[in-house]
Amino acid sequence: MVIRPDGGAAEAAKKVFQHLIRFENVGLRYGMGAEILRDLSFEIPARSFQFLSGPSGAGKTSLLRLLFLSLKPTRGLISVFGKDRSRITRRELPHIRRRIGVVFQDFRLLDHLTTYENVALPLRVRGREESSYRSDVEELLKWVGLGERMHVLPPVLSGGEKQRAAIARALIEQPEILLADEPTGNVDPPLARRLLRLFIEMNRLGTAVVIATHDLGLMEQVDARRMILSGGRLDIYD
Amino acid sequence: MTDTISGDSFTEDGIAESEATPRVRRRMSPIVPAQNVVGRALVSVIAIMTFLSCLTLGAVTLVRDTATVWESQISREATIQIKPQDGMDMEAALESASLIARGFPGITGARIVDREATSRLLEPWLGSGLNIDELPVPRLIVVTINEDYPPNFQRLREAIVAEVPQASLDDHRTWVDRLVTMARTTVAIGMAALVLMLAATILSVVFATRGAMAGNGHIIEVLHFVGAEGRFIAREFRRHFLATGMKGAAAGGVAAILVFLVVSFWSARNLATPEADQATALFGNFAIGLSGYGGVALIVLLIGALTAATSHVTVVTYLTDIENRQTDAG
Repeated sequence: MVIRPDGGAAEAAKKVFQHLIRFENVGLRYGMGAEILRDLSFEIPARSFQFLSGPSGAGKTSLLRLLFLSLKPTRGLISVFGKDRSRITRRELPHIRRRIGVVFQDFRLLDHLTTYENVALPLRVRGREESSYRSDVEELLKWVGLGERMHVLPPVLSGGEKQRAAIARALIEQPEILLADEPTGNVDPPLARRLLRLFIEMNRLGTAVVIATHDLGLMEQVDARRMILSGGRLDIYD
Repeated sequence: MTDTISGDSFTEDGIAESEATPRVRRRMSPIVPAQNVVGRALVSVIAIMTFLSCLTLGAVTLVRDTATVWESQISREATIQIKPQDGMDMEAALESASLIARGFPGITGARIVDREATSRLLEPWLGSGLNIDELPVPRLIVVTINEDYPPNFQRLREAIVAEVPQASLDDHRTWVDRLVTMARTTVAIGMAALVLMLAATILSVVFATRGAMAGNGHIIEVLHFVGAEGRFIAREFRRHFLATGMKGAAAGGVAAILVFLVVSFWSARNLATPEADQATALFGNFAIGLSGYGGVALIVLLIGALTAATSHVTVVTYLTDIENRQTDAG
């Protein structure tokens, strides 16, 4: 069965926000090397759902890093939430990052913090009192199936549990856009399907989702926009 | 966030979780992890270096204080020496010189070293049972000087020699000058040693802190990517390393103070023994005084602050590196 993300909601949202992120003729090269991304022009509409795919080494992670503002383009224009990337100051960067949730391929959970504390970290770094977010974090952890693993340290979590903790951390601030780098890379197919369900549910609740994956099986389960990177260029299939 | 979330909870076996998960209340773990092996090594390095710095500071304080005491003690007195001559009345000459000295401005007293005392002075060389009247032994008058208003030694010398030609006045100037030079040299060497010690301490603390910080790069990166502001990250690390630094520095400082107290106690207990007398003659009673304790407290605070400042700079540099990595790509 092919699942359709909430396209109607996306249409409605387009009237409010045309796009969250927009690329215009963006190119990227590391140092003096050849361009690994060339003339990328696309938009990430609000409440949209898309896969970012392509062969290994095609530049998926680099493109995600551009989307997450952890890289600057060599050329071209990137606008994030209507603001030109090149004009975003260091002081503004944390505030913009809070509107973008990221699930790293290697999870990047802090091993000395419990699952609960890892998920609560984005709220804690904003200086919020624990009492103001405790129930939200606990509820989210239950929702992703980690209610019983709340006070466990990451080293004793399974791969799938770590993945879900990383997803929960990315979602806790209700980001407008969620970027996930190979979120099903470390899990078996049934769990991959369930993680996909989680992303679709998030999308239904209003978050734009970009999943970088080279798992064709995963993409076939959802009728969603596909962005295929190949030879540094991007082809989009709506 | 989750007030908008609906539907079943997500579990690996597909079964919704029970809502009745017991809530365990516990304190949040610190963002910067508590002591690990590197952290403990840092505390040890800081403690040892602080201990050595405080010992050096204490030793310099001790030498400086002792040198000041030597200087003031020896410059507090002058000596009038009267050489015997055939036909002279030594006692009358002593009285006369002593009277002149007493009446001179800047002199607070003059004491004739009597026959018995003179015999005792010569005893080590000439043995006991000495009759000094049989020998042409010079006699001494110890003159006490008002340190605040010292006399004009040249005028005093002239006044005494005019009355008693066999008299000579020794204002100990040669000794005082030598002692002052020696004391100043000793203090200068001590200060140089202290500066070197502090420089070594600062460098050790900086490098040990940077070493301890090296294992925290991933924490800085994660905090950065979850939207923490640079100053928040810097504050967390500063706070942690200030506590670490203060812990090590306080341990080192307290150990150094204990050493001084123990040595001071030992020296007080063994006051009558030749070893202690020798040590006391050289270094006083080993008490480093208020300025010494103040200096130790200052070093402890300085090292704590230095550790915090180093961690702050390392975080800022790391964050700048993350930014530069972005620029490198561009």
